[in-house]
Amino acid sequence: MTDLAIVAEGLHKRYGETAALDGFDLPVPAATVHGLLGPNGAGKTTVVRILATLLRFDSGRATVAGYDVTRDAAQLRGRIALTGQYAAVDEILSGRQNLMLFGRLLGLNKRQARQRADELLEQFDLSEAATKSAGQYSGGMRRRLDLAASLILTPDVLFLDEPTAGLDPRSRNRLWDAVRAVVGAGTTVLLTTQYLEEADQLADRISVMDRGRVVAEGTADELKAVIGEDRIEIVVHDVADLAATVELVGRLTATEPDVDFDNRRISAPVADRITALTDVVRAVHDHGIAVEDVGLRRPTLDEAFLHLTGHSTIRVDHGQMTPSHRQEGAIRP
Amino acid sequence: MINTEVGQQQGRARRVVRDAWAMTTRNIAHVVRSPEEIAIYFSVPIMSVLVFGYVFGSGMMVPGGGSYREFLVPGVFAMSMLYGMGATGTAIAYDVNRGVVDRFRSMPIARSALVVGRSAADVFRALLEITALVVCGLLVGWQWHRGVGNAVLAVGIVLMLRVAITWIGIYLGLVVPNPDTVGIIVFPLAFPLTAVSNVFVAPELMPGWLGTVAEWNPLSATVSAARELFGNPGVAGDAWVSQNAMLMAIVWPVVLTAIFVPLAVRRYQRLSR
Repeated sequence: MTDLAIVAEGLHKRYGETAALDGFDLPVPAATVHGLLGPNGAGKTTVVRILATLLRFDSGRATVAGYDVTRDAAQLRGRIALTGQYAAVDEILSGRQNLMLFGRLLGLNKRQARQRADELLEQFDLSEAATKSAGQYSGGMRRRLDLAASLILTPDVLFLDEPTAGLDPRSRNRLWDAVRAVVGAGTTVLLTTQYLEEADQLADRISVMDRGRVVAEGTADELKAVIGEDRIEIVVHDVADLAATVELVGRLTATEPDVDFDNRRISAPVADRITALTDVVRAVHDHGIAVEDVGLRRPTLDEAFLHLTGHSTIRVDHGQMTPSHRQEGAIRP
Repeated sequence: MINTEVGQQQGRARRVVRDAWAMTTRNIAHVVRSPEEIAIYFSVPIMSVLVFGYVFGSGMMVPGGGSYREFLVPGVFAMSMLYGMGATGTAIAYDVNRGVVDRFRSMPIARSALVVGRSAADVFRALLEITALVVCGLLVGWQWHRGVGNAVLAVGIVLMLRVAITWIGIYLGLVVPNPDTVGIIVFPLAFPLTAVSNVFVAPELMPGWLGTVAEWNPLSATVSAARELFGNPGVAGDAWVSQNAMLMAIVWPVVLTAIFVPLAVRRYQRLSR
């Protein structure tokens, strides 16, 4: 049995009538990165707040680094660090003053706090902005400072709540590099994100969350096996050709395609992009099916959801042609 | 066993002080990094001295005689303590609104550190305010007449009021979720409290019932005590509360602090709901 750094069992949390968590389970082995993937309102932040001792829950059980999050909250706080969705730094203080304040609060003396602050500023490429108010930092710089503040002492468990939300791609890549560097030190990371790509880049395993519970769990590869790395999308001209095209696409991609009946659009995950595209184009041509559009594109989180939950994050879009496309828990090993 | 326990107790006590001190230095650093804020903040009491001292002052009467401006300055000391509630409340509400409090709460630090550090830093700030007001007062002809010792005691009495008011401000900042709202609601709270007190006008000159309210106003006790210790004009009224101003100047802040510290701390702990 591997050591579990995070265990959540049957967590429930209600806000009035709304269930924020509805039987949430999560096992995270020590020294791994676990991605919590889901749309806004799925309950990701609620999970992080509970596990970081910031929020009480109604029922269930949760331990982090071996400590019960309710009973042993005081001891647990010495083992965790939280980098929130909203940069949790003091905006009036400078970057260095922020790191020194948090260092002092963690029990370092003034000299140690100063030394550690300077190391981290260097490591996170913030030395030049050390004396500037954090309020004047760019979004990316502020997130890096926030992450640095979480690493003053190496935590056993680090919570990253949507660390790159709202960042431009370049800043996002830099933050990802910073996160990767942390992981090597043996810290367990729980990362929440709305981006499939981010979970793919950073996480060893991914839990897909919907409406306060985990709907699928597996490695990025296992998830992709279901979602498909890329998708082929084809729009037929005549609705009468829809059934035949679905059958063709299904056979060529060995999947059950999604069908958007109203827009006469069929989409399916593909393993080998070019082969699939060529095969499908040739097949529809051979069958004399008139096509309005055909192409390859990356799957969206919405499609991942459609596959995993049977409902879309944006609109419910049941494919009448393939009522069995629902694949509940298919990738749970 | 017992030794370990005592050690832990000492360790915890030391940590509470250390964490509160770290928070205090943080808040003092805020003052240093944003001097424009404190300049705006000083302007209200200084303006009050000038406007009341020179514009309305000529029409004002001091019971028992004496200079109105000498009567006024200790009142403005207390008034500026009261208005400090807005700054305290706004700062706390701002902290809670930002993720920074989540970070503090997820760290192994004393739960009291944030609120105690806020109170301590605001009392420090009040000391800067009083220094500015003393200079301003000396410029308009105010003086202390009963020696430096009594003057320092008077400042101590004024600061006691400030301690109580920081805790009311902290509670307010935790109850009202929006920092902007905190600043707005403080004025309608503080303005009548200042007007219906002995800050600007002696309660004897007010209609009977209003005079009684003014005499019982906690602000009045502090102001009377400060006037007495500074040797400034303003003879206290005949009511018991006015005759025992020195006692009440200590009782009021102690009572208010005893009420609002637990309220504020409980409110802070309830953030985890």
